[in-house]
Amino acid sequence: MKRTPVLGALALGMSLALLGACSSGGDAEGNDDSTSGGETTITWWHNSNTDPGKGYYEQVAKDFEADNPGVHIEISAMQHEDMVTKLEAAFQSGDTPDIYMERGGGELKDHVAAGITKDISESAKESIDKIGGSVAGWQVDGKTYGLPFSLGVVGFWYNKALWAQAGITEPPATWEDFAADIAKLKTTGASAGFEPISVGAGDKWPAAHYWYYTALRACSESTLQESVKTLDFSDPCFVKAGENLQTILKAEPFNSGFLSTPAQTGATSASGLLATGKVATELQGHWEPGVMQGLTEDGKGLGENTGWFPFPTFPGDKGEATAALGGGDAWAVSNDAPDAAVDFVNYLLSDKVQQGFAEQDMGLPTNPTASQYVKDPALASLLKVRDAAPYVQLYFDTAFGASVGGAMNDEIALLFAGQASPQDIVDATQAAADSEK
Amino acid sequence: MGPAVRKRLEILFFTAPALLLFLFFVVWPIIKAVQFSVYRWKGYGPLVDFVGLKNYVSVLQNDVFIDAFKHNIIIAIASILIQLPLGLAIALLLNRKMKGQSALRTIIFVPYVLAEVIASVIWFQLLQPKYGVVDTILATVGLHGPAQGFLGDPKWALATVIFVLTWKYLGLAIILFLAGLQSVPEELYEAAQIDGASWWQVQRRITIPLLGPTIRTWAFLSMIGSLQLFDMVWILTGGGPANSTNTMATFLIIEGTKRSNYGIASAASVILFVVSLVAALLYQRFILSRDNLTSAPGRKKR
Repeated sequence: MKRTPVLGALALGMSLALLGACSSGGDAEGNDDSTSGGETTITWWHNSNTDPGKGYYEQVAKDFEADNPGVHIEISAMQHEDMVTKLEAAFQSGDTPDIYMERGGGELKDHVAAGITKDISESAKESIDKIGGSVAGWQVDGKTYGLPFSLGVVGFWYNKALWAQAGITEPPATWEDFAADIAKLKTTGASAGFEPISVGAGDKWPAAHYWYYTALRACSESTLQESVKTLDFSDPCFVKAGENLQTILKAEPFNSGFLSTPAQTGATSASGLLATGKVATELQGHWEPGVMQGLTEDGKGLGENTGWFPFPTFPGDKGEATAALGGGDAWAVSNDAPDAAVDFVNYLLSDKVQQGFAEQDMGLPTNPTASQYVKDPALASLLKVRDAAPYVQLYFDTAFGASVGGAMNDEIALLFAGQASPQDIVDATQAAADSEK
Repeated sequence: MGPAVRKRLEILFFTAPALLLFLFFVVWPIIKAVQFSVYRWKGYGPLVDFVGLKNYVSVLQNDVFIDAFKHNIIIAIASILIQLPLGLAIALLLNRKMKGQSALRTIIFVPYVLAEVIASVIWFQLLQPKYGVVDTILATVGLHGPAQGFLGDPKWALATVIFVLTWKYLGLAIILFLAGLQSVPEELYEAAQIDGASWWQVQRRITIPLLGPTIRTWAFLSMIGSLQLFDMVWILTGGGPANSTNTMATFLIIEGTKRSNYGIASAASVILFVVSLVAALLYQRFILSRDNLTSAPGRKKR
């Protein structure tokens, strides 16, 4: 075999380049956060991927960069589910973004145990004091690992115009009222082309929120808090929660195809159906108006037709009628992030940024000075509900962690499909919890 | 340097990059998956909680996984049973000289060229209950699909997935069969004609037997693809509703990324690997081996 030296050199060069490409890929990961020559790069992941939130955060980053020369902020705005998946991968590879969203509860506990999240009890003390009690969900063993910037509650969002069209003037407080309203919405909707309620059971967690809420109503505060701590679900109120949920399902209020409906992506998702007037109601978190704005062409969502009412009560409830299911998002800093990242997180919680956050209706600000700036009447009323609630129960799947929470959500989704009993939910959750112990 | 040594060095030099990539991106992940599968692991932090084969036991006792395995088998069998006769019929049709032949061939191959993800998103939208194109068309002719939609009803979802898979992969079967048909020597047809064989007899006695190797290779690809099926199901149904369309691959993704049970997910992935490997080896040993035997003497005769 004959080969010219040129070709040989070329081949050698190419293989070297290949090897080089492999190894430089590895280097890049390690160097990500490094500070070189006074330049610091902070990576920041968030889920405000639609305007105005997206643009607002870009502006906030620019302002911070202007005040802190040499600091560069690299933003990745992602759709929520995408972000959660990518974060999981980032935690595995150890290449965590410097600033990321932390939901608290069991997840945070695991992250802290794995040494991913930075203890900011001291470096963010001022912000922590300002936020007050809401920070509790992001504390592990008395140390603070995240600054909640939005803390909301889940409830029914509804289209006021469609409800009025069905002849309903007052939102319901009890299940009996709600059932009557659903019947009215069904009759009117049948001719007007809308359905009473949408639920994104395809993504499972929106369906699970129903069970969380029936449990919150059926179980007393002490029972719930004990169960969250000990992962013991033997109290009969948890079975009752499933039975109440079956009662709701029996009324058949949900959009056709709800078992495969996604939560909030696209016009045919549960949020899209509400935003476009194809359903009248949806049980969803505080972020719903923002999501709906992103899903309508005029960017307004339901606009002034947006209404909100809390989850109704059921006969025989042992829980508080005003207790709320909710949760929030906090900014957390990864363990190997530069100090500037903590500064930026403090800046994100400052009066100024939280005021803008409130003005853009991006969520329910945790900085008390910002509450007054929430323009959206629906969000403002939500803020009142949140502050009046005796306690805000963190979403169960977040509180219990992915493994137990996932098993629970799957079983609740099966109950929605008519393939699991109230007892099955309790059993599956308990089994998953026991394998964790 | 002797020529033999030199040749060996050359082989080593040219295969090294590919081998390295193979070791790094194929062999190493397999070893890691086996390692993860014997630990209880949340996906981050050190591997410390050794559990032996417990993860395998829990996967094999999990009804959801067993059902997922059954779905894989159903999809594999249905793909072959539906696509083989359909593909053969269309290939035979397209093999005849007629107007617009090449245009037709292109059109039939288009679904296969589309990225699987894009095809799935399109079908997901088409199949939306009430507002989707499919339901709208059905409504205009006075029919209606299942109340929960084709993808939202546990009874319909798997059949719907198989339908979309057929739409997507029929093109591949046809193109492979068409290619196989080109290699059937023209003289055989002429000889058959002279002997007075009918069109059916010609297809039955000449075309299909000579297409045998192509069909067997295609069925092999189809079977392995069905066992590893993921993207299409993930986008169309996410394994639901009520786990009615889970495959082994969606099961392990749900266990891993949604529930952070990476040990269990790894155990499931090792089981999937073993199932695919055994299926592939058995197929090679008992079905494909015939082709290797028969083709050798066949060549000699010529």
